[in-house]
Amino acid sequence: MHKTRFPGAVRALRPALFLFLGAAALAPASASALPFWLRLPEQASTYAHEIDGMFHLIMWITGVIFVIVEGILLYFLWKYRHREGRRAQYTHGNNRLEVIWTIIPALICVMLALMSRGIWTKIKERMPQDALQVEITGEQFAWNFKYTGADGKFDTPDDIITLNQLHFPVGKPVVATLKSKDVIHSFYLPEFRVKQDAVPGLKTRIWFEGNRVGSWDIACAELCGLGHFRMKGFVTVDTPEDFQKWMAEQVSAQEAERQQAAPAPAPAQTQASADGAKGGNS
Amino acid sequence: MSTVALPERAHVVHAGVHAAPTSFWRKYIFSLDHKVIGKQYLLYALAMLVVGGLLATLVRYQLAWPGRPLPFMGKLAPEGMPSGIMLPEFYNSLFTMHATIMIFFAIMPILIGAFGNFVVPIQIGARDMAFPKLNMMSFWVAVPAAVIIIWSFFVTGGAAGGGWTSYAPLSAIQPRGQTLWLISLLILGLSSLLTAVNFITTIINMRAPGMTFFRMPLTVWALFITAILLLLALPVLSAALIMLLFDRTLGTTFFLPAGMIISGQPWPNAGGGQVLLWQHLFWFFGHPEVYIMILPAMGITSEILPVFSRKPIFGYRAMAYSMMGIAGLGFIVWGHHMFMSGMNPILGTTFMLSTMVIAVPSAIKTFNWLGTVWGGDIHFTTPMLNALSFVAMFVIGGLSGIFMASTPVDIFIHDTYFIVGHIHYVLFGGSLFGAFAGLYYWYPKMFGRMMSERWGKIHWAITFVTFNLVFFPMHFLGMRGMPRRIYDYTQYSLFKNLQPMNQFMTICLFVLGAAQIILVFNFFLSMRRGKVAGANPWHATTLEWQTASPPPHENFTGRIPTVHRGPYEYSVPGHGSDFTPQNETPAGPPPASTRAHG
Repeated sequence: MHKTRFPGAVRALRPALFLFLGAAALAPASASALPFWLRLPEQASTYAHEIDGMFHLIMWITGVIFVIVEGILLYFLWKYRHREGRRAQYTHGNNRLEVIWTIIPALICVMLALMSRGIWTKIKERMPQDALQVEITGEQFAWNFKYTGADGKFDTPDDIITLNQLHFPVGKPVVATLKSKDVIHSFYLPEFRVKQDAVPGLKTRIWFEGNRVGSWDIACAELCGLGHFRMKGFVTVDTPEDFQKWMAEQVSAQEAERQQAAPAPAPAQTQASADGAKGGNS
Repeated sequence: MSTVALPERAHVVHAGVHAAPTSFWRKYIFSLDHKVIGKQYLLYALAMLVVGGLLATLVRYQLAWPGRPLPFMGKLAPEGMPSGIMLPEFYNSLFTMHATIMIFFAIMPILIGAFGNFVVPIQIGARDMAFPKLNMMSFWVAVPAAVIIIWSFFVTGGAAGGGWTSYAPLSAIQPRGQTLWLISLLILGLSSLLTAVNFITTIINMRAPGMTFFRMPLTVWALFITAILLLLALPVLSAALIMLLFDRTLGTTFFLPAGMIISGQPWPNAGGGQVLLWQHLFWFFGHPEVYIMILPAMGITSEILPVFSRKPIFGYRAMAYSMMGIAGLGFIVWGHHMFMSGMNPILGTTFMLSTMVIAVPSAIKTFNWLGTVWGGDIHFTTPMLNALSFVAMFVIGGLSGIFMASTPVDIFIHDTYFIVGHIHYVLFGGSLFGAFAGLYYWYPKMFGRMMSERWGKIHWAITFVTFNLVFFPMHFLGMRGMPRRIYDYTQYSLFKNLQPMNQFMTICLFVLGAAQIILVFNFFLSMRRGKVAGANPWHATTLEWQTASPPPHENFTGRIPTVHRGPYEYSVPGHGSDFTPQNETPAGPPPASTRAHG
């Protein structure tokens, strides 16, 4: 056999391991002191903290497992490194150990699945009542937003249509129907922990609720062609008053545009071109 | 079972036999010999590994310095990078082709084509594969596939740019390169299918006398299960590829729903198709595919740890059963790639459960690897260092998978760099370290000489450190929400400040790439200058080490060896040396066969 000694490097790693353990123990106390790239983005939606909570729970569980497993591995490598005259133990395994290390990971994983289920159901399956309705249509490479207007119904002449600008009031849930005109896009609001594909031929409903006033970027998270990276929109969460004001501005702007455009059939035409995917979504 | 089958099996063993070739063409080019075909696959895969790696450096260059010109590329790729500035569509082609080439043309051929072909027949004590001509055809079908995929860079519109997953309908409206991508993968799929049939037949029918299923080395087990996965999963991919090809060329609408409007114009042949059908078909293949790429590396690691711990593998049967468990469960987890796709969220919950469960067999394997080094007599050779790296990195790749298995967490990290980090810990940290381990381990058997241990260790050390510096920060990028497949993330206020980290990763990647030059030199120079290996330089027990290096035509001189025991009998008490080859005749009365494994 080749003679190779490697204890120095392994020994040198032990202080690093203790350092890591110490840092991990101190982490909760100093979470806000962490560099930005170790923190999740700000939580601008009502359910963001639940997703982050699950993330951090998994991070702690996997982090502990990681330290234990890699620590044991390094310890064994150091302790059982080749020495003159050493002879390995002759064993083929241990059935009790096999059972233990099958059951424990299984229990942890099933527990994580069950805990995740509740949050998932709340976010993706149960749509809130009394919400602001918005229709979001992705196209290469822009986001179209449609509000119902005063009558509370889509596809009527008083619909409000905006390009790349999504406004909604703080503290009121938004139920959005996602559609696409061409290829798959994915509506992604990182600070809201919102992501959902917009699929041509499908209508997908999602909901979210802003918990603070502010403005952020909307990104597309599903590769949609050469302009994918610049399929950028803007989301603004207003106070209810500001939102009413913004909506009124949109209404009057749209009125002005209509009157300018032409006489009678203009409204219907505007709507058809802005809602091209309609035919494919029924 | 083994004693009953003895006479018949001895007869069957002759099935793969063919005369020794005499001409250069029959010996080195159109060879029927599994050992030559294995080496052909090895060179093929290493060449494509270089291509895929170069594409990755271009991707990372753009991520570190978006839009900064690279003058020499302006001459090399004037259409994709006019005056050296990368166009977004070229960027899309780069990451698409990086993944396609690494997955289908580098990792699969090196693990299955190279090591599978070279090692499996010798380890089970066969003279060749069951169907040598089919084997030759597998390789020579894979060659045009590689030619076509490289050629696609030079057609109008460049190579495919819809991601390696080629989601419809984007892939249906892409330029011509996508058609070549489809044709290339269809051809390559045929090659893999032929290989799969060959492996399954060989392993079931051509084992040496005494080589029962539970005496097979774990590499053989891994490739056996991999071949079954290939056989069941690949036809589904091929069907999907053909359907997409028809959508692109014949006017069918499998994946094209009504009302598609591309650039303001109605798409001519849209109507009636289902967009998500592609994803279901693709991932029904795609998830087993992940295991197709990791199982052989698991087998290689399980092979190498006992040799250099001088200790039997811990839990041999648990290792074999857990691979079967992974293979079975691997077919019911595909939906976890589609949590955000618009698939019914209730289905998401069921796929989350099955995905969480598939973590268990991987955990079992990891603990058994720990059990194998426990109490051993560990020699830190280059193959061992790479195999241990596999274990250490696979732990990270496995644990990070739990994040995305949790559906609510996946809402945030889906399609971010967190996923890219995860897949690279599995495919580079896992599969590629496994491949390196196999290369350093079997090189003496393949070429009769040792690779340089010193340069091997330098290569390993640089690769291991820089690998982690490149890929671990990807988890941080993902935690900040940075999307994958994005040409210029600095457009977004949330991601703009991630540029310094991206630059650090890219610089580390340059070092990682440069370190592979050491491997290339070590590989080629050792063929002539390496120390002569002898039959069994590692003092290993499996059959490939009980014949000359490189093995003669038909692998064993004289009779096929008879197998008396399991594959990893190291440090047997009372035995003179610390290894007992599988074919060593037992001293005294034959031991009870039940002794082999606990």
